[in-house]
Amino acid sequence: MHRIAEIMTRVVDKNIEWYLSSFKDFERGLNGESRQPIHRLRRSGIERFAELGFPTNKHEEWRFTNIAPLTKIQFKPVTRPYAGNLTASSIEQFTFGGLNCHTLVFVNGHFIWDLSSISAPNNFKVNSLASAMRTDGDLLNEHLGKFIKGDENAFTALNTGFLQDGAFVYVPDGSVVEEPIHLLFVSTGDDISFLSMPRNLIVAGRNSRVSIIESYVSLASVPYLTNTATEMVVGEGAVIEHDKFQDENLNAFHIGTTHFQQAARSKVVSNSIALGGSIVRNNVTAVLAAEGIECTLNGLSLATGQQLIDNHTAIDHASANCLSHELYKSILDGKSRGVFNGKIFVRKDAQKTDAKQTNKTLLLSDEATMDTKPQLEIFADDVKCTHGATVGQLDEEQVFYLRSRGVMLDAARDILTYAFASDVVHRIHIEPLREQLDGILHNRLRKGRELVGVE
Amino acid sequence: MLEVKNLHASVKGNEILRGIDLKVKAGEVHAIMGPNGSGKSTLAQVLAGREAYEVTDGEVHYEGKNLLDLAPEERACEGVFLAFQYPVEIPGVTNNYFLKAALNSIRKYRGQEQLDAMEFLKLVKEKLNVIELDQSLLNRPVNEGFSGGEKKRNEIFQMAVIEPKLAILDETDSGLDIDALRIVADGVNKLRSKDNATIVVTHYQRLLNYIVPDFVHVLVDGRIVKSGGKELALVLEEKGYDWLREEAEVNA
Repeated sequence: MHRIAEIMTRVVDKNIEWYLSSFKDFERGLNGESRQPIHRLRRSGIERFAELGFPTNKHEEWRFTNIAPLTKIQFKPVTRPYAGNLTASSIEQFTFGGLNCHTLVFVNGHFIWDLSSISAPNNFKVNSLASAMRTDGDLLNEHLGKFIKGDENAFTALNTGFLQDGAFVYVPDGSVVEEPIHLLFVSTGDDISFLSMPRNLIVAGRNSRVSIIESYVSLASVPYLTNTATEMVVGEGAVIEHDKFQDENLNAFHIGTTHFQQAARSKVVSNSIALGGSIVRNNVTAVLAAEGIECTLNGLSLATGQQLIDNHTAIDHASANCLSHELYKSILDGKSRGVFNGKIFVRKDAQKTDAKQTNKTLLLSDEATMDTKPQLEIFADDVKCTHGATVGQLDEEQVFYLRSRGVMLDAARDILTYAFASDVVHRIHIEPLREQLDGILHNRLRKGRELVGVE
Repeated sequence: MLEVKNLHASVKGNEILRGIDLKVKAGEVHAIMGPNGSGKSTLAQVLAGREAYEVTDGEVHYEGKNLLDLAPEERACEGVFLAFQYPVEIPGVTNNYFLKAALNSIRKYRGQEQLDAMEFLKLVKEKLNVIELDQSLLNRPVNEGFSGGEKKRNEIFQMAVIEPKLAILDETDSGLDIDALRIVADGVNKLRSKDNATIVVTHYQRLLNYIVPDFVHVLVDGRIVKSGGKELALVLEEKGYDWLREEAEVNA
């Protein structure tokens, strides 16, 4: 017994060592930049990572999500921009055809100018984080790492340690960004297992308005890890839609963290769509720091085979008179597993909070499993908080009804499965994105699609 | 068109149908009447292919095929339609989508071309008129938030679009006020032809004032105990079902 535990500790330590020595290599290559304030942030991140180590099932936050398959692999952090053989045409399939938007393309976490298209904005800033370190140091010093500090868990710590590139968007007070900003993260590689760690910072000023799409896709044939972090600083009265669309292939592990820091009267709508990846963990946190805030978190996961998709959300009602509305749905087929953990904190002063959380799961196979855990901690006394979780199969009455009208069994199941997903899909306001997602869902639920002639 | 021979069916081990014999020819309307629990709805459900019911004995032939060998969707594609006693709500699926899926599935089964959007819309508009329903219904989720009457009218609307050969109306009159009843019955009558047949399952004679049957069968305790013409319905209205139950017991 003792020996086994000792060996296991050593294996884990060896992998921690791997990232620490990768960090040293990375640091050596920085050439003077290591004196910048940003490097202090990196150092604190990597130190924190060394302390924490990777979580195991013994950690409450990871009880249902066994990440051993990914902690066993020594992924090589990608510390230099490299587009490989990618061209505009090879990534066209990921650009939501017909969507007028600013597109920033990142390959293995690094910004690639040649693949991106940004029409010169005059009322806001959009740039790679690496460039912004040179041009907008003051803004970065003010905002970067304020809300994802890298002390939350091993993954944000590691991301902070290797903080280098990603997207930087700054929308000044009163500015409205008409076209969505699409951050497209493509992973590619055929030889060594790599680690992509983009870091995004979005700052929306007072009464500004912007829509951000973050999409994660892959052309890689090797196992790899995406460990991404996005900080969104939402100013007073600002309105933000954030759509995260993750459709990486089954070689991918994906750990993502999104943080919304909301000021008074701001509105956030977050739609998190997870379709791909073998082990996926999405952390979405919203801090409602002042009065009159609205926060809507929606999620849809579609998993099959051996996939595991874990959504952890936390909404912190730190102030009075705020509204949060959360709807997360999972569709699980094959032997896939789903996890939902929804924390809602209502602080002592957060009177008149109105919080509603719903988690619904549709199991399409007997072997798929779901663990769902609402977690409400309420310290105020005049609040309205509701939560509900359901896990079920397709309604046999509905299936029979469709069949009795001539719809074949497979098609009937597909139609009902699509219907289950559709209310989350319809919450996405950006039409080409919604249509694309609709198309993907229809494609995966093909039988029903053919009958109604959807293109 | 339909021949039921000595049909026995049970649910969870309880025998509900105990030897039904019934012949329905094209162009005919048959009414199945009987007290609550006599097995009327079970017969309708068994014919539509509901899996919860186990057929323990007997045969059902429909248009030269063994109906009991067919899956529910195959029966529908072959022209059997059940108007549900309790139409099912399907949130997230519009009536339009539902009908298009149904119609195109049936057409595919029959080797016919699928309808394009324009042809489909033309067809459903025409049928909406038959049953006096508003076009806005098409974009509402199937039966969700519908009143009882709207649900029943929606069943007949679906029937009008699908144009079955054999329509089985299961207690379509329950929950309808007199105006809705007349609209539903008018719809059914307009769809009658020499090539199709209708089985009307009902507890009350009321509906039969509007949909006039050629034959009336009385079901008691899982057996047809009496058959006759449309006048039999009036006798039942007046005398109830008890005298038949007593008669049946004497005969058994």
